[in-house]
Amino acid sequence: MSTTVDARGLSCPQPVILTMEKIKELGTGEFTVLVDTDTSKENVSRAAASKGWEVKDIQPDGEGYRITLKKG
Amino acid sequence: MKKFANVFATAWGIVAVGAVIGVLAPLLQKLGNPGNMGICVACFERDIAGSLGLHRAEVVQYMRPEIIGFVLGSLVAALLFKEFRPRAGSAPIVRFVLGVFAMIGALVFLGCPWRALLRLSGGDLNAILGILGLAFGIWVGTLFLKAGYNLGRTEKAHSAAGLVMPAIMAGFLVLAILYPPIAGEPKNDILFTSIKGPGSMHAPLIVSLVIGLAIGFLAQRSRFCTMGAIRDLVLFGQTHLFMGILGLVVVAFVTNLVLGQFKLGFEGQPVAHTMHVWNFLGMALAGLAFALAGGCPGRQLFLAGEGDGDAAVFVIGMIVGAGIAHNFGLASSPQGIGPHGVAAVVVGFAVCLVIGLTMRKSAA
Repeated sequence: MSTTVDARGLSCPQPVILTMEKIKELGTGEFTVLVDTDTSKENVSRAAASKGWEVKDIQPDGEGYRITLKKG
Repeated sequence: MKKFANVFATAWGIVAVGAVIGVLAPLLQKLGNPGNMGICVACFERDIAGSLGLHRAEVVQYMRPEIIGFVLGSLVAALLFKEFRPRAGSAPIVRFVLGVFAMIGALVFLGCPWRALLRLSGGDLNAILGILGLAFGIWVGTLFLKAGYNLGRTEKAHSAAGLVMPAIMAGFLVLAILYPPIAGEPKNDILFTSIKGPGSMHAPLIVSLVIGLAIGFLAQRSRFCTMGAIRDLVLFGQTHLFMGILGLVVVAFVTNLVLGQFKLGFEGQPVAHTMHVWNFLGMALAGLAFALAGGCPGRQLFLAGEGDGDAAVFVIGMIVGAGIAHNFGLASSPQGIGPHGVAAVVVGFAVCLVIGLTMRKSAA
């Protein structure tokens, strides 16, 4: 849980771009993405799933969500 | 899992929303809207600009209830599903300028991406050039995105700030109801209304409004976006949003056939010209501006409805851009491009390229 991508306040498609970059960088493992809209929550979840990552958990966090992604 | 809480965000959800628009838009045409223009966000914002007297092109002035419905329908959906999030502050002046040039590009082609798809589904082959141009412009936009283009983060804003755009639209609706067009008169006390041309062609106010509200609601839930459809395909190989526009084109094609509105060809298409290069380049400019602003003109209206003040500024930019386009001869007509359309497209590309190249910011 050490790695966090903060995509709050960023408009489309930045949250997905940042998530994809992190997925590329890590290969496998687990990290957290912070988003502040439901659209970003859906987009990040969908993009991660398309790369074979599991959406392990989504928790409300302040004005937005804390998404935990996991692979391997 | 919360992931599936929103059925409209599923693959079938987005296809269904595209299909619903594919039925309703040709239906609006049947009920009075201009040819292959059941819905056109750019054209209708241009008509609103004309109605307010921001330009004096007599044939394109009407307070279009569909646009009002888009914003207010999205607001209702956002409030109902607790997604109303007032926010602002991500380079608003840049978004304004992008809105201006998005409109200018769209008016060189004569339509927004929505209308490009509807024109195609009505048999207007000129739309192919527009759609190719749109894809090209968006592709250029993705190059900037890959190179780190970013307009920065928004900040949370006051609830009232998020309600400004819906309030403006509600105000327009009040004006449209209190000051209806006077038969044969180009202007009542407040609003201009075309007595001939596309601006004079419209479905009944209540029908336009209700369909606008319905589409605004559905599009907010599904995040329907014509620019995002192509961008996500190019940038990530994702087909999710693309399925939405595919659904729209296929169903609109069938609906047009059923309603007897399908006519195949390049020549003599309604509110269209056959200058292929400028159909391509006009839409390429619009596509680039949409990509840099993060949404097609429809999506910007839906975002404005859910409290995004930056999207609202983009919308205002488009409305002002329509005024500029018609006041200075930048907009095309069925006869071809305007006297200064070429210069406007060149300037627009230059501005968008500078924006794309200079506005990079490490977001992490």
